[in-house]
Order: sequence, then C-alpha cells, then structure tokens
Amino acid sequence: MKLTLKIWRQAGPESEGALTTYELDGVSEDISFLEMLDMLNEQLIERGEEPVEFEHDCREGICGSCGMMINGHAHGPEKGTATCQLHMRKFADGDTINIEPWRAAAFPVVKDLVVDRSAFDQVVEAGGYITAPTGAGPDANLIPVPKDAADAAFDAAACIGCGACVAACPNSAAQLFTSSKIEHLNLLPQGQAERNQRVVEMVDTMEQYFGSCTNHGECTEACPKEIPLDYIAFMNRDYVKAQIKNRKLLGQR
Amino acid sequence: MIGNLDSAVPGGDIGDKWTQHKFDMKLVAPNNRRKFDVIVVGSGLAGASAAATLGEQGYNVTCITYHDSPRRAHSIAAQGGINAAKNYKNDGDSVYRLFYDTVKGGDYRSREANVHRLAEVSVDIIDQCVAQGVPFAREYGGLLDNRSFGGAQVSRTFYARGQTGQQLLLGAYQALMKEVAKGSVDLIVKTEVLDLVVKDGRACGVITRDLRTGAVRRHSAHAVLLATGGYGNAFYLSTNAMQSNVTASWRAHRRGALFANPCFTQIHPTCIPPSEEYQSKLTLMSESLRNDGRVWVPDDPDETRPPNQIPEEDRDYYLERKYPAFGNLVPRDVASRNAKTVVDAGRGVGPRKNGVYLDFADAISRLGEDTVGERYGNLFDMYQRITDEDPYQVPMRIYPAVHYTMGGLWVDYHLMSNIPGLFVLGEANFSDHGANRLGASALMQGLADGYFVISYTLANYLSGLLGDPVVPTDDPAFDATETDVNDRVNQLLSIGGTRSPDHFHKELGRIMWDYCGMARNQTGLEKALSEIPALRDEFYKDLRVLGGGDTLNQSLEKAGRVADFLELGELMCKDALDRRESCGGHFREESQTEEGEALRDDENFSFVSAWEWTGDPAEETRHEETLVFDNVALTQRSYK
Repeated sequence: MKLTLKIWRQAGPESEGALTTYELDGVSEDISFLEMLDMLNEQLIERGEEPVEFEHDCREGICGSCGMMINGHAHGPEKGTATCQLHMRKFADGDTINIEPWRAAAFPVVKDLVVDRSAFDQVVEAGGYITAPTGAGPDANLIPVPKDAADAAFDAAACIGCGACVAACPNSAAQLFTSSKIEHLNLLPQGQAERNQRVVEMVDTMEQYFGSCTNHGECTEACPKEIPLDYIAFMNRDYVKAQIKNRKLLGQR
Repeated sequence: MIGNLDSAVPGGDIGDKWTQHKFDMKLVAPNNRRKFDVIVVGSGLAGASAAATLGEQGYNVTCITYHDSPRRAHSIAAQGGINAAKNYKNDGDSVYRLFYDTVKGGDYRSREANVHRLAEVSVDIIDQCVAQGVPFAREYGGLLDNRSFGGAQVSRTFYARGQTGQQLLLGAYQALMKEVAKGSVDLIVKTEVLDLVVKDGRACGVITRDLRTGAVRRHSAHAVLLATGGYGNAFYLSTNAMQSNVTASWRAHRRGALFANPCFTQIHPTCIPPSEEYQSKLTLMSESLRNDGRVWVPDDPDETRPPNQIPEEDRDYYLERKYPAFGNLVPRDVASRNAKTVVDAGRGVGPRKNGVYLDFADAISRLGEDTVGERYGNLFDMYQRITDEDPYQVPMRIYPAVHYTMGGLWVDYHLMSNIPGLFVLGEANFSDHGANRLGASALMQGLADGYFVISYTLANYLSGLLGDPVVPTDDPAFDATETDVNDRVNQLLSIGGTRSPDHFHKELGRIMWDYCGMARNQTGLEKALSEIPALRDEFYKDLRVLGGGDTLNQSLEKAGRVADFLELGELMCKDALDRRESCGGHFREESQTEEGEALRDDENFSFVSAWEWTGDPAEETRHEETLVFDNVALTQRSYK
C-alpha cells in the first residue's frame, strides 16, 4: 500500500518542531507499524536525510518503550495494543497517517517522537515498592494470597509504564499509571505494612508532575494493557483512608 | 591451547561447597561497605537485583542503563516462568534433581559446582520475589501454582501468566528504586557503557556516552559488574529486543576478558515464523505452550488442506512419536532440530512452508476455551495481532529462532572474569547452562547471580582492597580509554559511505543463520569465516551514519553495536569450527548419532573454550577450562 505520513520532527528539546510530510510506497500489510517506520528510515538514510528517532525495544508489547500519537490516538486505532504490536493491516492504501510524540508537560520532547518519561520513575521512587531486603523473605507459601486478590494485583501489575494514559488524558494526569503501581502492592498481604505511606507519598509526588484527574476515562481506553479505572477508585479510597488512619494502631486487626 | 583456567571451585562435597565457601570467604563489615564504589552495568534481572542488594548492604552503587528506565531491560519480555526446587507439588523434585536436570539439559558442558549452587539458591529466589510482591500464579487455596517445562519430569516452574519476566523485573526494579530513594544507588539512565578501564591488570572503571547529549564521561570504582545480557542479535533476526547488544562485553573482551563458548547459542523452538522482508525481529511464543499444545506437520509434503481438515491419520506428531517419555516437552535444542528436519524435508506449513503446527484443539476440548485462555490468553492475543490468525480456531504456526546465548564472558566460581575486579552476571556470563539452557532457567540464573551470589563473592574480593582509594578519573588509564572511545565514535560518524547500519547487520545475520545456526558444518563455517571479515571491511568503507554525535542519534548507537557484532560473529564461527563435536545447541553435522541426535566427544571436548583477544578476531587464542564431572555421569542424553 501507499501511505502519506505526517511525522513530527524536532531536532532537540529546545528546538521548534513541525510536521513533515513523507510519501511511502510498497508497504506490506503484514508488517508492524514500527517496521513501516524502519522502512521509511532506510529510505531517508539512502536519500541523505536524518532518520526519524523513536523509542522502541522489545517489539512484543511488554517493555513499554514505544508509544506515539497515531492519528490523535495514543498507540493508534487498535484497542489494547501497543504501537509495536499494531500492524499495517489496520490501515488502508492511500491513508494519510499523523504521527506525533506523547504530548504532556511532564514528558518533554527529547527529539522527534522521543520523550522523557522519567517522571514515572520519580513516582515509583516515592514508594512503589515493598521494603523486603534480599534474604529476608519468609517461605513463599507462608502467606496464602486469595486467588482473586492475587489476580487483581496482577491486573494492576500488568502496567508497562508506556505513558499512553498520560498522553490520552486531556489533563495529562497520571492517575491510571500511579494507581496501578500502588494497587499492585496495596492489594497484596505483603504490601500492607507500607500501604498508607505508599499511597500518600506516591500520589503527592504524582501531583508535582502531572495534571489532575477529572474522570474522563480516556486513559483506560488508550491503555495497551486495558487496565480498568477501578484502580483509580481503589487508590482514592486508600488515599483518603491513609489521611485518617492512626498508623500506630496498624498492628491491630 | 594455553594453560588450564582456574575455576576457583572450592573443595568438598557438591552439596556442601557453597555453604562452606560462604563461611570461608572474607567479609566486609557493614561500617566499611560505604568505602567501596561499585558500578553495575545493566538493569535487567541480574543487574537490578545486584544493584539493589549491594545498595541494601551499604555499598556505594552506580547503576548504568541505556534505557530510559531500568524497567525496560529485556528481562521484561521473558514469558514462561522461573524454576525452583521447592517441591511444592510433592512430585519428586529436589535441589539435587534440579541440579541434575540442568547439567544433563546443558549436555554436560556446564560447571557442576555453579549449577548446584544455582539449584540451591533457587528456593530463596521464590521467597524473595513473593516478599517483594511479585504476583505469581496461585491456586484457589491461595498457595503458589507450578507448571512444567521442557527437559524436566516434575512441575517446578513458577509463573505469572505469560509475563513472568515482567513481574520479576518489576520486583527487582522496585527494589532498586527503593535504594535509589535511599541514596545508596545512583541510577544513570540513557547512558551506554562504551569501554572498560583497566589499570595494573584490575578493572577500575568505565567510559560512558550519554545517549541524549553525546557527553562522554568517566566513572571510577573498586569493581565493575557487567549484567548486560546476551548477544543473540548477532543473528539480526532473533527474539532479543532491538537494542540488545554485545558492546560492553566485547569491549571488556578487547581489554583482556576471555570470551567463553561463543558458539553456544540457543535456538528456541516456538517462535512465529518470519513473514516478509522488513521483518525486524522474531516473536517468541512461550515454551509453556508445549504443556498443552501438540506439535505436528502433515505426512504429505504436498498437503494443501487447511489444518483442521487434515485427519489424524495424515498427521505426524513427530515429537510424541520419537520421544514418547518427554513428548512435546523435550529440551529446546531437540525440539528445534526436529522442526528443522521436517521443514527441510519439505513438510513445513504456512504460506512460506517455514513452520510447524502447534495445535491446541485437544487441550481446548479437554479443558475448555476458558481454561486455555486463562493459561495462555495473552500469548494467543499476541499471536493473533501479529499473524491475523486465531489460535483458538486454527493451530499456531511456529518455527525456531535465536533466543538466548549460553556463551559469554568467562567467569570463575566467584563470577569474576580473568580481569580482577570485573564480575559478569546473568546471561552475559557463560557459566551455568552448558551447551543448552533449559526453559525457565534464565530468570533463575539472573536472579541467583544478582540476589544471592554476587554479594558474597564481591565482598571476598573487596575485602582485600580495604583502605585503597579508587583510581582517580584523571589517571592516564582513563585518558587513554576515553580517547579510544572518542576516536571510535568519530570514526563511525565520518566514514561517509552509502549503506545504513541495518544493511550490514542484516548481511551479518544472514551469514550467521546460514552457517552458524541450527546446524553447522566445516565447509559452511569456513565460508562464514571468509565472508565476515570482508563484510567488516565493507562496513568501515561504506557505512553511512547521518546526524551528529552531540544529540540523540540511534543510527550512531546502532553502528557501534553492529561494529562489535561484526567481530563477535567471526569469533562465534571460529569457536563453532574449533569444536568438532555436537553438544546441546551446537550441532555439527559431522558429529551425530545414527538417529540424528547430537553426538558429543567427551574425550576431546569436555572443556570450556575461553578465547583471548589478540588484536584480530581471526587470531584469537584459546584457553581451556577442563570440566570435571564428579557427580553426574556423562551419558548420551535420551528423552525417549
């Protein structure tokens, strides 16, 4: 198929960017979206033009490196699919495709389609862990975890940290990311000791970088792992409870 | 051959070696640990777990990754699971059995003492991960579930749906971020290690390049830990992530670190077959699928019916037929070679006749679609997105692809290379998997090295350096190494040719796959050994890297990695030619049994080949570490 690509080119963090138009012919519908960009880049290099920079690594939808706005949708038109798993059969011959980086103040553009998502690591650093130093863990089967709780924790832990939720949100809020990081741990028995401190620290850190949630739900629509909004509700509940809980009494049932 | 390498394996009974040695090794007291600087390169399972653990213990740790976040390391993509000798299933597992299975699965080319230690600490890994909140699969009673993997007759594989690597890496990443928050680990992202600094024979630091600004920096430390993964991307098409590379290991090799068994590569049997020219990588379908999927091809090479309409009597379930005891769960090397045999015989399936069927029809009728979906749903979805075929309705098509490299930098029992102060962890070292790795053992080894081995052996090394300052970064050793790095970067930018880095990478991949892939022979390897240096010459004449060195420049990053693969590829072929026996994933056509299985030559090749850089890949010299088997008897592996 033959495509017209309008791609955001920006030389550096301080440079002005603009959409540049490229024509690309002979695209097989069986290749992935990123392979289509590889194809473009090979042609650009041949013509002596600098290739388009974009983040990518595993190309299996799990590392969370890739991500771009495709025709205004984070990760493009296919639901529950990261950009690297999107295939060209979802497009038609003659299509014009707009490709832009994530747009959020917390994710400044580094170059072309590459943004800096280190604010996510700041949120995790604020408390997204269980303090269990190496060697200190008791036997793994000592604490049974009800399957429903384990599954719910897993659904939250499936987050790949790609940033689509922030890019899709009209407020550039990071509630879906932050809540999935918090609730993965807060739903498990192992996460209880630090539960209140975790939610307060992580939410407060999130607020320093990202906008506020107004329940649009665009985040879950864009999420390649289809993480539901429930976790935001769990997080909000945990946050409120953490404010009123007397932490000295946490050892009591 | 030059000398016999000292593996530093302690004496004593195999079951007591590690316990006794932990007592015998020297310690660094808690109040002295802050006096030691340690650099960890890589943030995958081995790197993140090591950095977190050493940070917890009080060392000054710097962790360097080329990713924008440690969580993106390729360990994240491991699907199936992690082995541990917990025997929660009460089906006959034990530390000794995991040890035995791993040595046998590796076709008797691994070091017994390392493998036993791995099996011992496997149980601690599961405890550690659960304490961190890794959401392993559980039974309804709330206890942990297991499944079985190739090369084992017990269920010892712990898993988190089809995303075990992701969940284990997030556990290690979170432990690492906890230490970053505490200030005990300095995390440096988007930064690539481009050389190792060696002074007076000891590793004393690294030279890095900031991938966003191009800034070249010096880092000094008492010890350097490489946890930089495998080199499967030498083949261009592999299941490795696009950026996975050999550069840090190769640069250390060029500074004197021996490279062991480079030809031992694992071809994973269940990947999606390549479909077209712009294919950039291959996608793995977890080995766990072989628990319930049945592998077959049509009897007739000219079969044209769709798979569902081919009756049972016209199908060849060749693994079940040839290996009744293990069936579809034979080890990876055996499964891969058998797939190649049927495809080479013209019985392949799919539009390019380059795959075999992995069929879930029986499992779905036995267990129902829901249960099968629960076990493998995410893999089925991924398969459908890539191929546009629904594996609930039609069998998957699979074919082997390069997946893992058992070879790597040579290390002794302490995980230390022959350069004092340079330690190598996880897939980047060679030590535990011999000539073939069993499924679900890579995650185990990465975490064993990082959580439970390195903190002991590193302390033993550092204790001798107490009171010694690090080599200052204005030392001539740093000057010289930084100059080398700058020269290399400038060279790649200034060739001004016509071909992209990918062009050369694809060419190298074709040579490697054709001559150093699933089956190797003398003629082919000799051909590769003449083609690769010619390609390398072409690379340095005709490479085109556009853009500058002072911004993000992925072409430049790629070019540096391809340059190193072009040297490593030659060494892999040289090693494959040199090892005139078949073992595990290394199949020399000249050395096979009457039934076409790998035929070892224990009399002449029961050793580790460890190659020393001498200035040219063609001229590397080989050292040997003789392998001693005191516990496991060497036999022809049989999975019948």
